[in-house]
Amino acid sequence: MDLFDFLGFFKKKEPASGSVAKDRLKLVLVHDRTNCSTQVLEMLKGDIIKVISNYMEIDEDELDINITETKSEDNSGTVPVLYANIPIKSMRRNSGGN
Amino acid sequence: MSEVIVITSGKGGVGKTTTTANIGCGLAMSGKKVALVDADIGLRNLDVVMGLENRIVYDLVDVVEGNCKLKQALIKDKRYSGLYLLPAAQTRDKDAVSPEQMQKLCENLKEEEFDYIIIDCPAGIEQGFKNAIAGADRALVVTTPEVSAVRDADRIIGLLEANELNNPSLILNRLRIDMVEKGEMMSIDDVTEILAVDIIGVVPDDEAIVIQTNKGEPAVTVETSKAGQAYRNITRRILGEDVPLMELKNEETFIDKLKKLFHR
Repeated sequence: MDLFDFLGFFKKKEPASGSVAKDRLKLVLVHDRTNCSTQVLEMLKGDIIKVISNYMEIDEDELDINITETKSEDNSGTVPVLYANIPIKSMRRNSGGN
Repeated sequence: MSEVIVITSGKGGVGKTTTTANIGCGLAMSGKKVALVDADIGLRNLDVVMGLENRIVYDLVDVVEGNCKLKQALIKDKRYSGLYLLPAAQTRDKDAVSPEQMQKLCENLKEEEFDYIIIDCPAGIEQGFKNAIAGADRALVVTTPEVSAVRDADRIIGLLEANELNNPSLILNRLRIDMVEKGEMMSIDDVTEILAVDIIGVVPDDEAIVIQTNKGEPAVTVETSKAGQAYRNITRRILGEDVPLMELKNEETFIDKLKKLFHR
Protein backbone atom coordinates (compact mmCIF):
# COMPACT_ATOMS: atom_id res chain seq x y z
CA MET A 1 0.00 0.00 0.00
CA ASP A 2 1.58 3.28 -1.04
CA LEU A 3 0.99 6.69 0.47
CA PHE A 4 -1.74 7.55 -2.00
CA ASP A 5 -3.77 4.50 -1.03
CA PHE A 6 -3.13 5.23 2.59
CA LEU A 7 -4.57 8.75 2.29
CA GLY A 8 -7.41 7.42 0.20
CA PHE A 9 -8.38 5.26 3.13
CA PHE A 10 -9.61 8.32 5.02
CA LYS A 11 -11.42 9.85 2.10
CA LYS A 12 -15.09 9.20 1.47
CA LYS A 13 -15.18 6.20 -0.82
CA GLU A 14 -16.63 6.75 -4.27
CA PRO A 15 -19.38 4.30 -5.21
CA ALA A 16 -18.23 1.46 -7.46
CA SER A 17 -18.86 2.13 -11.14
CA GLY A 18 -21.22 -0.85 -11.42
CA SER A 19 -23.83 0.81 -9.21
CA VAL A 20 -23.25 4.16 -10.92
CA ALA A 21 -24.04 2.43 -14.23
CA LYS A 22 -27.19 0.90 -12.80
CA ASP A 23 -28.48 4.20 -11.45
CA ARG A 24 -27.76 6.07 -14.68
CA LEU A 25 -29.40 3.32 -16.70
CA LYS A 26 -32.52 3.39 -14.54
CA LEU A 27 -32.94 7.12 -15.06
CA VAL A 28 -32.35 6.92 -18.81
CA LEU A 29 -34.91 4.14 -19.11
CA VAL A 30 -37.55 6.09 -17.19
CA HIS A 31 -37.28 8.76 -19.87
CA ASP A 32 -37.10 6.24 -22.74
CA ARG A 33 -40.08 4.24 -21.52
CA THR A 34 -42.32 7.22 -20.85
CA ASN A 35 -41.35 8.56 -24.26
CA CYS A 36 -40.65 11.91 -22.62
CA SER A 37 -37.82 13.84 -24.22
CA THR A 38 -36.02 16.80 -22.68
CA GLN A 39 -37.87 18.93 -25.22
CA VAL A 40 -41.25 17.77 -23.97
CA LEU A 41 -40.09 18.29 -20.41
CA GLU A 42 -39.04 21.88 -21.23
CA MET A 43 -42.43 22.57 -22.79
CA LEU A 44 -44.14 21.12 -19.74
CA LYS A 45 -41.96 23.25 -17.50
CA GLY A 46 -42.89 26.40 -19.43
CA ASP A 47 -46.60 25.62 -19.18
CA ILE A 48 -46.42 24.89 -15.47
CA ILE A 49 -44.61 28.18 -14.84
CA LYS A 50 -47.24 30.04 -16.86
CA VAL A 51 -50.15 28.56 -14.92
CA ILE A 52 -48.65 28.91 -11.47
CA SER A 53 -47.47 32.45 -12.17
CA ASN A 54 -51.13 33.48 -12.42
CA TYR A 55 -51.43 32.82 -8.73
CA MET A 56 -48.01 33.26 -7.16
CA GLU A 57 -44.52 34.48 -7.89
CA ILE A 58 -42.13 31.55 -8.23
CA ASP A 59 -38.39 31.28 -8.30
CA GLU A 60 -37.80 30.09 -11.86
CA ASP A 61 -34.08 29.54 -11.37
CA GLU A 62 -34.58 27.13 -8.51
CA LEU A 63 -37.42 25.30 -10.22
CA ASP A 64 -36.84 21.59 -10.60
CA ILE A 65 -39.13 19.43 -12.70
CA ASN A 66 -38.14 15.90 -13.57
CA ILE A 67 -39.40 12.44 -14.25
CA THR A 68 -38.12 9.79 -11.87
CA GLU A 69 -39.53 6.54 -10.60
CA THR A 70 -41.08 5.41 -7.36
CA LYS A 71 -42.33 2.14 -5.89
CA SER A 72 -45.83 1.33 -7.11
CA GLU A 73 -48.60 1.21 -4.51
CA ASP A 74 -48.88 -2.57 -4.59
CA ASN A 75 -45.08 -2.87 -4.33
CA SER A 76 -44.91 -4.98 -7.49
CA GLY A 77 -42.35 -2.73 -9.14
CA THR A 78 -41.65 0.87 -9.98
CA VAL A 79 -43.78 3.44 -11.77
CA PRO A 80 -42.73 6.74 -13.31
CA VAL A 81 -43.61 9.92 -11.40
CA LEU A 82 -43.46 13.58 -12.28
CA TYR A 83 -41.41 15.27 -9.60
CA ALA A 84 -41.68 19.02 -9.22
CA ASN A 85 -40.03 21.30 -6.70
CA ILE A 86 -41.31 24.86 -7.20
CA PRO A 87 -40.12 27.45 -4.66
CA ILE A 88 -42.60 30.30 -4.09
CA LYS A 89 -41.21 33.82 -3.74
CA SER A 90 -44.48 35.46 -2.83
CA MET A 91 -48.21 35.03 -3.23
CA ARG A 92 -49.89 37.40 -5.61
CA ARG A 93 -52.43 39.67 -3.95
CA ASN A 94 -54.90 39.54 -6.78
CA SER A 95 -54.82 35.80 -7.25
CA GLY A 96 -57.69 34.35 -9.18
CA GLY A 97 -57.43 37.04 -11.88
CA ASN A 98 -59.75 39.63 -10.28
CA MET B 1 -42.88 -28.79 -35.21
CA SER B 2 -40.35 -26.23 -36.19
CA GLU B 3 -39.64 -23.00 -34.37
CA VAL B 4 -38.26 -19.76 -35.79
CA ILE B 5 -36.03 -17.95 -33.29
CA VAL B 6 -34.69 -14.46 -33.98
CA ILE B 7 -31.48 -13.32 -32.26
CA THR B 8 -31.58 -9.56 -31.79
CA SER B 9 -30.08 -6.79 -29.65
CA GLY B 10 -30.58 -3.26 -30.97
CA LYS B 11 -26.99 -2.27 -30.36
CA GLY B 12 -24.29 -3.59 -32.67
CA GLY B 13 -21.25 -5.51 -31.54
CA VAL B 14 -22.77 -7.25 -28.53
CA GLY B 15 -22.48 -10.73 -30.06
CA LYS B 16 -25.62 -11.48 -32.06
CA THR B 17 -23.80 -13.29 -34.86
CA THR B 18 -21.58 -15.25 -32.47
CA THR B 19 -24.65 -16.22 -30.44
CA THR B 20 -26.52 -17.30 -33.57
CA ALA B 21 -23.60 -19.46 -34.72
CA ASN B 22 -23.09 -21.07 -31.32
CA ILE B 23 -26.74 -21.79 -30.61
CA GLY B 24 -27.26 -23.14 -34.13
CA CYS B 25 -24.19 -25.32 -33.88
CA GLY B 26 -25.20 -26.46 -30.39
CA LEU B 27 -28.66 -27.49 -31.55
CA ALA B 28 -27.16 -29.39 -34.49
CA MET B 29 -24.77 -31.16 -32.09
CA SER B 30 -27.88 -32.28 -30.19
CA GLY B 31 -29.10 -33.94 -33.38
CA LYS B 32 -31.55 -31.27 -34.51
CA LYS B 33 -31.99 -30.07 -38.07
CA VAL B 34 -31.12 -26.39 -38.01
CA ALA B 35 -31.16 -23.56 -40.57
CA LEU B 36 -29.18 -20.43 -39.78
CA VAL B 37 -30.44 -17.38 -41.65
CA ASP B 38 -28.27 -14.28 -41.98
CA ALA B 39 -30.74 -11.38 -42.22
CA ASP B 40 -28.00 -8.75 -42.17
CA ILE B 41 -28.22 -7.96 -45.87
CA GLY B 42 -25.29 -5.87 -47.08
CA LEU B 43 -23.14 -6.72 -44.05
CA ARG B 44 -23.05 -10.49 -44.06
CA ASN B 45 -20.89 -12.09 -41.40
CA LEU B 46 -22.52 -15.25 -40.18
CA ASP B 47 -20.77 -17.09 -43.04
CA VAL B 48 -17.28 -16.18 -41.78
CA VAL B 49 -18.14 -16.88 -38.15
CA MET B 50 -19.32 -20.33 -39.29
CA GLY B 51 -16.30 -20.80 -41.55
CA LEU B 52 -18.50 -21.29 -44.62
CA GLU B 53 -17.55 -18.15 -46.55
CA ASN B 54 -15.93 -20.06 -49.42
CA ARG B 55 -18.99 -22.07 -50.25
CA ILE B 56 -21.54 -19.36 -51.04
CA VAL B 57 -23.17 -19.54 -54.46
CA TYR B 58 -26.65 -18.14 -53.90
CA ASP B 59 -27.98 -15.98 -51.07
CA LEU B 60 -31.18 -14.96 -49.30
CA VAL B 61 -32.06 -12.27 -51.84
CA ASP B 62 -31.60 -14.78 -54.70
CA VAL B 63 -34.15 -17.03 -53.00
CA VAL B 64 -36.62 -14.23 -52.35
CA GLU B 65 -36.33 -12.94 -55.93
CA GLY B 66 -36.70 -16.43 -57.36
CA ASN B 67 -33.22 -16.64 -58.94
CA CYS B 68 -32.70 -20.03 -57.33
CA LYS B 69 -34.49 -22.63 -55.27
CA LEU B 70 -34.30 -22.46 -51.49
CA LYS B 71 -32.44 -25.79 -51.39
CA GLN B 72 -29.77 -24.48 -53.77
CA ALA B 73 -28.97 -21.52 -51.51
CA LEU B 74 -28.75 -23.54 -48.30
CA ILE B 75 -25.12 -24.39 -47.51
CA LYS B 76 -24.71 -27.69 -45.72
CA ASP B 77 -22.16 -27.67 -42.93
CA LYS B 78 -19.84 -30.65 -43.38
CA ARG B 79 -18.92 -30.90 -39.69
CA TYR B 80 -22.42 -31.26 -38.27
CA SER B 81 -25.07 -33.08 -40.19
CA GLY B 82 -28.34 -31.23 -40.03
CA LEU B 83 -26.74 -27.77 -39.94
CA TYR B 84 -27.42 -25.41 -42.85
CA LEU B 85 -26.71 -21.73 -43.55
CA LEU B 86 -28.70 -19.34 -45.68
CA PRO B 87 -26.24 -16.48 -46.25
CA ALA B 88 -27.20 -12.82 -46.66
CA ALA B 89 -26.53 -10.93 -49.89
CA GLN B 90 -23.47 -8.75 -49.62
CA THR B 91 -24.03 -6.34 -52.51
CA ARG B 92 -27.64 -5.42 -51.75
CA ASP B 93 -29.29 -3.48 -48.93
CA LYS B 94 -32.04 -4.07 -46.40
CA ASP B 95 -34.76 -2.78 -48.75
CA ALA B 96 -34.14 -5.71 -51.10
CA VAL B 97 -36.47 -7.78 -48.90
CA SER B 98 -39.84 -7.06 -47.30
CA PRO B 99 -41.26 -8.41 -44.03
CA GLU B 100 -43.88 -10.33 -46.03
CA GLN B 101 -41.15 -12.01 -48.09
CA MET B 102 -39.27 -12.95 -44.92
CA GLN B 103 -42.45 -14.43 -43.48
CA LYS B 104 -42.88 -16.50 -46.63
CA LEU B 105 -39.23 -17.58 -46.47
CA CYS B 106 -39.70 -18.79 -42.88
CA GLU B 107 -42.80 -20.74 -43.92
CA ASN B 108 -40.83 -22.37 -46.74
CA LEU B 109 -38.00 -23.28 -44.36
CA LYS B 110 -40.53 -24.84 -41.99
CA GLU B 111 -41.75 -26.98 -44.89
CA GLU B 112 -38.18 -28.26 -45.33
CA GLU B 113 -38.63 -29.89 -41.92
CA PHE B 114 -36.09 -27.91 -39.99
CA ASP B 115 -36.51 -28.25 -36.22
CA TYR B 116 -35.08 -24.81 -35.64
CA ILE B 117 -34.66 -21.80 -37.87
CA ILE B 118 -32.34 -19.26 -36.24
CA ILE B 119 -32.32 -15.74 -37.68
CA ASP B 120 -29.37 -13.41 -37.12
CA CYS B 121 -30.91 -9.94 -36.94
CA PRO B 122 -28.95 -6.83 -37.99
CA ALA B 123 -28.30 -4.05 -35.46
CA GLY B 124 -30.74 -1.17 -35.38
CA ILE B 125 -34.52 -0.87 -35.34
CA GLU B 126 -35.17 -0.09 -39.00
CA GLN B 127 -36.07 -2.17 -42.05
CA GLY B 128 -33.53 -4.93 -41.36
CA PHE B 129 -34.92 -5.46 -37.86
CA LYS B 130 -38.50 -5.48 -39.12
CA ASN B 131 -37.58 -8.06 -41.77
CA ALA B 132 -35.74 -10.29 -39.31
CA ILE B 133 -38.56 -10.47 -36.78
CA ALA B 134 -41.39 -10.80 -39.32
CA GLY B 135 -41.45 -14.59 -39.43
CA ALA B 136 -40.20 -15.31 -35.91
CA ASP B 137 -42.06 -17.32 -33.29
CA ARG B 138 -39.70 -16.42 -30.50
CA ALA B 139 -36.99 -13.83 -29.79
CA LEU B 140 -33.72 -13.97 -27.89
CA VAL B 141 -32.28 -10.60 -26.93
CA VAL B 142 -28.50 -10.38 -26.53
CA THR B 143 -26.98 -7.69 -24.35
CA THR B 144 -23.75 -6.96 -22.49
CA PRO B 145 -23.57 -5.47 -18.98
CA GLU B 146 -23.10 -1.93 -20.28
CA VAL B 147 -25.44 1.06 -20.02
CA SER B 148 -25.71 1.55 -23.79
CA ALA B 149 -26.34 -2.13 -24.61
CA VAL B 150 -28.96 -2.60 -21.87
CA ARG B 151 -30.71 0.60 -22.88
CA ASP B 152 -30.98 -0.62 -26.47
CA ALA B 153 -32.11 -4.06 -25.28
CA ASP B 154 -34.93 -2.36 -23.37
CA ARG B 155 -36.02 -0.53 -26.51
CA ILE B 156 -35.86 -3.74 -28.55
CA ILE B 157 -37.94 -5.63 -25.97
CA GLY B 158 -40.59 -2.90 -26.27
CA LEU B 159 -40.57 -3.13 -30.07
CA LEU B 160 -40.74 -6.94 -30.01
CA GLU B 161 -43.77 -6.81 -27.73
CA ALA B 162 -45.40 -4.21 -29.99
CA ASN B 163 -44.95 -6.76 -32.80
CA GLU B 164 -46.55 -9.51 -30.71
CA LEU B 165 -43.29 -11.30 -29.98
CA ASN B 166 -43.99 -11.52 -26.28
CA ASN B 167 -41.76 -12.79 -23.48
CA PRO B 168 -38.39 -12.56 -25.22
CA SER B 169 -35.54 -14.31 -23.38
CA LEU B 170 -32.34 -12.53 -22.46
CA ILE B 171 -28.76 -13.59 -23.05
CA LEU B 172 -26.24 -11.64 -21.01
CA ASN B 173 -23.01 -11.76 -22.96
CA ARG B 174 -19.39 -10.98 -22.07
CA LEU B 175 -19.82 -10.91 -18.32
CA ARG B 176 -16.56 -10.33 -16.44
CA ILE B 177 -17.14 -11.97 -13.09
CA ASP B 178 -13.92 -10.52 -11.64
CA MET B 179 -15.23 -7.02 -12.36
CA VAL B 180 -18.70 -7.82 -11.01
CA GLU B 181 -17.11 -9.04 -7.78
CA LYS B 182 -15.28 -5.73 -7.46
CA GLY B 183 -18.51 -3.85 -8.10
CA GLU B 184 -17.12 -2.39 -11.33
CA MET B 185 -19.66 -4.07 -13.63
CA MET B 186 -23.41 -4.54 -13.45
CA SER B 187 -24.35 -8.01 -12.21
CA ILE B 188 -26.79 -10.56 -13.66
CA ASP B 189 -29.36 -9.45 -11.06
CA ASP B 190 -28.88 -5.77 -11.89
CA VAL B 191 -29.58 -6.37 -15.58
CA THR B 192 -32.54 -8.76 -15.12
CA GLU B 193 -34.09 -6.45 -12.52
CA ILE B 194 -33.93 -3.51 -14.93
CA LEU B 195 -35.14 -5.34 -18.04
CA ALA B 196 -37.69 -7.55 -16.24
CA VAL B 197 -37.44 -10.46 -18.69
CA ASP B 198 -36.48 -14.10 -18.28
CA ILE B 199 -32.81 -14.85 -18.66
CA ILE B 200 -31.91 -17.88 -20.77
CA GLY B 201 -28.15 -17.67 -20.40
CA VAL B 202 -25.09 -15.83 -19.17
CA VAL B 203 -21.97 -16.06 -21.33
CA PRO B 204 -18.71 -15.13 -19.62
CA ASP B 205 -16.14 -13.07 -21.46
CA ASP B 206 -13.81 -15.67 -22.92
CA GLU B 207 -10.74 -15.57 -25.15
CA ALA B 208 -11.93 -18.80 -26.73
CA ILE B 209 -14.62 -16.80 -28.55
CA VAL B 210 -11.97 -14.72 -30.33
CA ILE B 211 -9.82 -17.76 -31.07
CA GLN B 212 -12.72 -19.82 -32.39
CA THR B 213 -14.05 -16.94 -34.47
CA ASN B 214 -10.58 -16.60 -35.98
CA LYS B 215 -10.81 -20.23 -37.04
CA GLY B 216 -14.43 -20.14 -38.12
CA GLU B 217 -15.51 -22.79 -35.63
CA PRO B 218 -18.08 -21.86 -32.98
CA ALA B 219 -16.84 -22.09 -29.35
CA VAL B 220 -19.76 -24.31 -28.39
CA THR B 221 -17.70 -27.20 -29.80
CA VAL B 222 -14.81 -26.54 -27.40
CA GLU B 223 -15.19 -28.74 -24.34
CA THR B 224 -12.88 -26.67 -22.12
CA SER B 225 -14.26 -23.22 -22.98
CA LYS B 226 -16.41 -21.48 -20.35
CA ALA B 227 -18.31 -19.57 -23.02
CA GLY B 228 -18.71 -22.85 -24.91
CA GLN B 229 -20.22 -24.41 -21.79
CA ALA B 230 -22.57 -21.42 -21.45
CA TYR B 231 -23.75 -21.90 -25.04
CA ARG B 232 -24.22 -25.64 -24.51
CA ASN B 233 -26.41 -24.79 -21.51
CA ILE B 234 -28.43 -22.26 -23.53
CA THR B 235 -28.95 -24.91 -26.20
CA ARG B 236 -30.30 -27.36 -23.63
CA ARG B 237 -32.64 -24.70 -22.25
CA ILE B 238 -33.96 -24.01 -25.75
CA LEU B 239 -34.62 -27.75 -26.03
CA GLY B 240 -36.73 -27.46 -22.89
CA GLU B 241 -34.35 -28.81 -20.27
CA ASP B 242 -34.20 -27.14 -16.90
CA VAL B 243 -30.52 -26.26 -16.53
CA PRO B 244 -29.45 -23.94 -13.69
CA LEU B 245 -27.29 -20.93 -14.56
CA MET B 246 -23.63 -21.82 -14.59
CA GLU B 247 -21.82 -20.89 -11.41
CA LEU B 248 -19.32 -18.21 -12.30
CA LYS B 249 -16.50 -17.61 -9.91
CA ASN B 250 -13.34 -15.68 -10.27
CA GLU B 251 -10.63 -18.29 -10.34
CA GLU B 252 -7.59 -16.64 -8.86
CA THR B 253 -4.50 -18.74 -9.22
CA PHE B 254 -1.65 -18.80 -6.75
CA ILE B 255 0.47 -16.84 -9.24
CA ASP B 256 -2.26 -14.17 -9.51
CA LYS B 257 -2.26 -13.82 -5.75
CA LEU B 258 1.53 -13.48 -5.67
CA LYS B 259 1.39 -10.87 -8.44
CA LYS B 260 -1.23 -8.90 -6.51
CA LEU B 261 0.88 -9.02 -3.41
CA PHE B 262 3.89 -7.52 -5.16
CA HIS B 263 2.06 -5.00 -7.30
CA ARG B 264 0.76 -3.01 -4.35
